[in-house]
Amino acid sequence: MSPVPLTTNKANDVSVDHDDALLSVANVGFDYDNTPILDEVSLTVDRGEFVALVGPSGCGKSTLLNLISGVLPARSGAIRTGNRVIRSDRLGNVSYMQQKDLLLPWRSVAENSRLGIELRGAGHADSMEQVERLSRSFGLADVLDMMPWQLSGGMRQRAALLRAVLPENPVLLLDEPFGALDAITRRSLQQWLLNTLDTSDRAVVLVTHDVEESILLADRVLVMAPNPGRIVANIDVKIDSSLDGADTSTSPRFIELKKRVLSLLNGDESGSGASQ
Amino acid sequence: MTLLTILRVKLFDWLPAIIAVAALVIAWEVLVGVLEVQRWLLPPPSVIINELFDSLASLSRHAGTTASETVIGFAVSIVLALLIASGIVWSRTVERSIYPIIIASQTIPIITLAPLLIIWVGTDIMSKVIVIVLFTFFPIVISLVTGLRSVEQEMVDMFRTLGASPWQIFYKLMLPTSLPNFFAGLKVGAVVSVIGAVIGEWFGASSGLGWLMKIAGGQFQTAKVFAAIVVLSILAMLLFAVVVAVEKWSLRKYPPTVTRVIRLGES
Repeated sequence: MSPVPLTTNKANDVSVDHDDALLSVANVGFDYDNTPILDEVSLTVDRGEFVALVGPSGCGKSTLLNLISGVLPARSGAIRTGNRVIRSDRLGNVSYMQQKDLLLPWRSVAENSRLGIELRGAGHADSMEQVERLSRSFGLADVLDMMPWQLSGGMRQRAALLRAVLPENPVLLLDEPFGALDAITRRSLQQWLLNTLDTSDRAVVLVTHDVEESILLADRVLVMAPNPGRIVANIDVKIDSSLDGADTSTSPRFIELKKRVLSLLNGDESGSGASQ
Repeated sequence: MTLLTILRVKLFDWLPAIIAVAALVIAWEVLVGVLEVQRWLLPPPSVIINELFDSLASLSRHAGTTASETVIGFAVSIVLALLIASGIVWSRTVERSIYPIIIASQTIPIITLAPLLIIWVGTDIMSKVIVIVLFTFFPIVISLVTGLRSVEQEMVDMFRTLGASPWQIFYKLMLPTSLPNFFAGLKVGAVVSVIGAVIGEWFGASSGLGWLMKIAGGQFQTAKVFAAIVVLSILAMLLFAVVVAVEKWSLRKYPPTVTRVIRLGES
């Protein structure tokens, strides 16, 4: 059996900007109250690529998404999404689903879902038509008139994702979208996300604590380390669709990748866990 | 649910209030009779009720004056409070320049300002409206500012990532978030506005329930004073009920937790 092909790159190795990259983060730093939170973080995500960021709590994963989306200003470095380099230009042009669903309690599921396109000036009829068009694949067709407080956590997350996806921005950021859900709902939504989300024309960045989730969903996993937050490894995890058989998560490649990421998260920056 | 059933449920809801008021009125009637209290000092409820019917036309006319002043003053207060609260949450400079003035305005006994207002703007409706505004805008402003500031930063960030302008964040997120607090302030303001109207009329008017009470009190027509107080209470309760109805309609889509009443005694 041939060894599992793994590539591990230091931060600077993934910073090379190229024309295909929809998202480029170059040597970005961020301080909070004079404490460095992120230092020299670099990454690129190509069109059609799904990248996962994993790392321990407090390593700056969510901060990095806030910087990419334009919510926070970087202390140093440059961020480019498409041809947008100015922070204010990124606001509204990068889809961002935060950890909480953040649905407005006074709006129905349909009205929450259409918020992004409504803010861009889409008319009521037009935006509702767009919501209805996607609602079936999001499993929301039967609950569009319901209020958020009448929905389960999983359905609320779907509505929040629909709100993020509808503006059709080329870069989609997902910050632990399933973090607050139970294991069964989480697993079913991961599978649903894989089947539903058309990533062919997008660059997707997923932040997660869940190593299995990162390997299952992403093409690449970027492992972060804390104090200050930085990327310590870039691992190609794209699992061959032929391995998808009964259960991907029990395949040898999946287990090997999981060991590798876990060893990096445990502080072994050489990732020796892969060869064990 | 039939209309009859709804009425029965409503009646059952109001039963404690009806019993409490009835008990108070009966105790008052009996005690005034037993203790032989002079009618000019404290008339029994039966005399006040008679006065209510005897002076119905006059009371209605004066109530109309007070009601118009109250509604206009309350409306001006709401508009003013919306503008001031919006300015406060919008700009630090506005907050720093206006907040001290608002606080200072509440430290001045408004009752001492009323005679001055009569001198400055005359005895017409304007002086009453100003007194009502001075009484009511403070609770409305404070509740509105509290409500507008209760918006979570994550919600604001979410709106920003969707490309919302500051104005869109204000009217699509902050204003709806502030509604429960806003209505709490409006309910206080609704009741207080009637007091403001009476004080305004007390110091200079030619009609209105406040003016009527002053004249009747000076002539020891105590029953008429009480009859005017009853009409004033009805007026305040009506205004309060209108605010509650608008609140219920405005918050009809909000989660039940927003309007749910927690009763520790029934847990």
